[in-house]
Amino acid sequence: MEREKILAEIRQDRRAFIKKVASGTIAGSLLLVIPAGAFELPEQLPGMKEEKGPFIKGKKFAFIVDITRCIGCGSCCVADKNEYNVPDGNYRTWVERYIIDDHDNVYVDSPNGGLDGYTKPREDLPHPVRDTFFVPKLCNMCEKPSCVQVCPVGATFQTEDGFVLIDKKRCVGCAYCIQACPYSVRFLNPVTKTADKCTWCYHRVRKGLLPACVNVCPVQARKFGDLNDKNSEVYKIMHEPHVISILKPDMGNKPSLHYLGLRREVV
Amino acid sequence: MSPLHGGAAALTNYVFPNDLHVHWSLMIVLYPYITGIVAGAFIVSSLYHVFHVKTLQPISRFALLFALAFLICATWPLLNHLGHPERAMSMMLTPNPTSAMAGFGYIYSAYMVVLILEILFIYRGTLVELKQKSRGFMRFLYGILTMGSDNIGARAMKLDHKIISFLAGIGIPMACVLHGYVGFIFGGVKANPLWATPLMPLIFLLSACVSGIAGIILTYFVIKTIRREEVDMDCVRTCIKFLWGFFILDFVFEMLEVFTHFYMSTHHWHVLESLLWGPLYQSYWVYQVMIFSVIPFFLLGFLSLIRFSDGIVKFFAPIVSLMILIQVLLMRWNVVIGGQLMSKSERGSVAFHPEWLEKEGILAAVIIMVAPIIILYILGKIFPFWQEKRAGHTAA
Repeated sequence: MEREKILAEIRQDRRAFIKKVASGTIAGSLLLVIPAGAFELPEQLPGMKEEKGPFIKGKKFAFIVDITRCIGCGSCCVADKNEYNVPDGNYRTWVERYIIDDHDNVYVDSPNGGLDGYTKPREDLPHPVRDTFFVPKLCNMCEKPSCVQVCPVGATFQTEDGFVLIDKKRCVGCAYCIQACPYSVRFLNPVTKTADKCTWCYHRVRKGLLPACVNVCPVQARKFGDLNDKNSEVYKIMHEPHVISILKPDMGNKPSLHYLGLRREVV
Repeated sequence: MSPLHGGAAALTNYVFPNDLHVHWSLMIVLYPYITGIVAGAFIVSSLYHVFHVKTLQPISRFALLFALAFLICATWPLLNHLGHPERAMSMMLTPNPTSAMAGFGYIYSAYMVVLILEILFIYRGTLVELKQKSRGFMRFLYGILTMGSDNIGARAMKLDHKIISFLAGIGIPMACVLHGYVGFIFGGVKANPLWATPLMPLIFLLSACVSGIAGIILTYFVIKTIRREEVDMDCVRTCIKFLWGFFILDFVFEMLEVFTHFYMSTHHWHVLESLLWGPLYQSYWVYQVMIFSVIPFFLLGFLSLIRFSDGIVKFFAPIVSLMILIQVLLMRWNVVIGGQLMSKSERGSVAFHPEWLEKEGILAAVIIMVAPIIILYILGKIFPFWQEKRAGHTAA
């Protein structure tokens, strides 16, 4: 009897020992790996890791598109489509091709939103081309957004940190915001049956990452940063002499999206 | 066009990629059409109840039932249009105060209450009599509709009359708000050059009056023909005169709006011009303006100014009413669909052709337009359309 009791105790101890060793090993290795940054990506937007609370404080984000740099490769559109699984025929961002001929006629196109890249020149033009450039488009993130004004249920809202976002659990799908947006950046998502648009990758920005399109642009035509950070590229651009403008200023929406080298032909 | 003056020529056909979809289609064409008919029908009733246009007495009650039948269906196209109709009540429970659209639920419900109350008070005397004559379910129904009061003594009827005058009185501004507001939903969209005009609520309101009067004349003739009853010619002639009056204002303002833009010829006009002489040419100039505005305009003028025989009026009144109803429907189409055909790129436009069987297609539109007629038929089984011509029952 006594012997069996002792044996049972040993068996129990052995099992407990193995359990302890195993869990200790896992915990120990995690303790080594996590602080080393195994689950975190390097910060692209300085100072975002310290951000706490529901909104980003002390930062004023701006998006700048440099149309003198854009080469119309369509990488930004591909990155965007992958990031959000955007249904075909709808566009959170797109790239337009402008062609001006020597008769001052303006030709614009954007086949498939520029998703496939502009690999071939247009051949249907009657006169020699004088100038050509590409214009990427995305949400203007207006300071006075007409989409927010007209949304009947407040599903489209402006966050305290200046982002215009959509709560797809509240959206009724009336499409009033789509009518109200002067820039046609909104669409009715055929899958969710709610309004949808570019968010400047709010979920990435919150983690200190650049928007997906900015991240992939091979020529830095898309720039994103904090205007309150004097070391940021966007601050420097906005505070140096440049041809810089916004789209449809007459609408009075005060966009936070700025265009570097914007041409008068661009609508 | 020479390159020096080539502003318009330079604009080639570029449409923003997201502008290829027409989001507000047939359902949103029907919505202002139906609310317009409601507001117009109410005005007809008020002409008798408030402004004492005595000749309209035969249709004064019918006009209210007609308005109710359409008002019941006013939300149907909207619900069919919404991506998430199950969330529709959020507009009333958690509205966004800055949204022009958020007010609709409140305005609609308030108007519905006033209209139903007015019908019940106007019909109370008749309903009490009907209750006494009927048995079973109908007796029970009339009991509810008379609000449990069988008192049709002189004092009670006098009080009813006061309540009716009050309801009809507040009903007029409410009907105007209901439809002026629908115009504002479009007029307040600054991004759309066809919609963004302060005249939009006014044009919507005037066309509402026109469509309501025309709708009543047409259904009056149809019902009278089916029932083989005598048509009250004084009433019809008065309706025609009011229809002409409202249509003069409506048509003149519609044309003035376009003409003012044409005269100023700013960039705004060049965008509109490409639309009105582009994809909208047929439905706007040919159908809405030339066929269904100019012809009824003269027909109504002749019918109002020249004393034709009853036979001629009986022949032309329903035809001209139908033409006016089509004119207003075309106007709604040209505003709602037309506004979306221009891309916000200001460089191109799209075409739109409704399908028969899609969710917001032609079949759905036909069902929604037939529904008020069925509802009107059912209402007619409960509320007699016309007042019997005998003394003592003209209290309303």
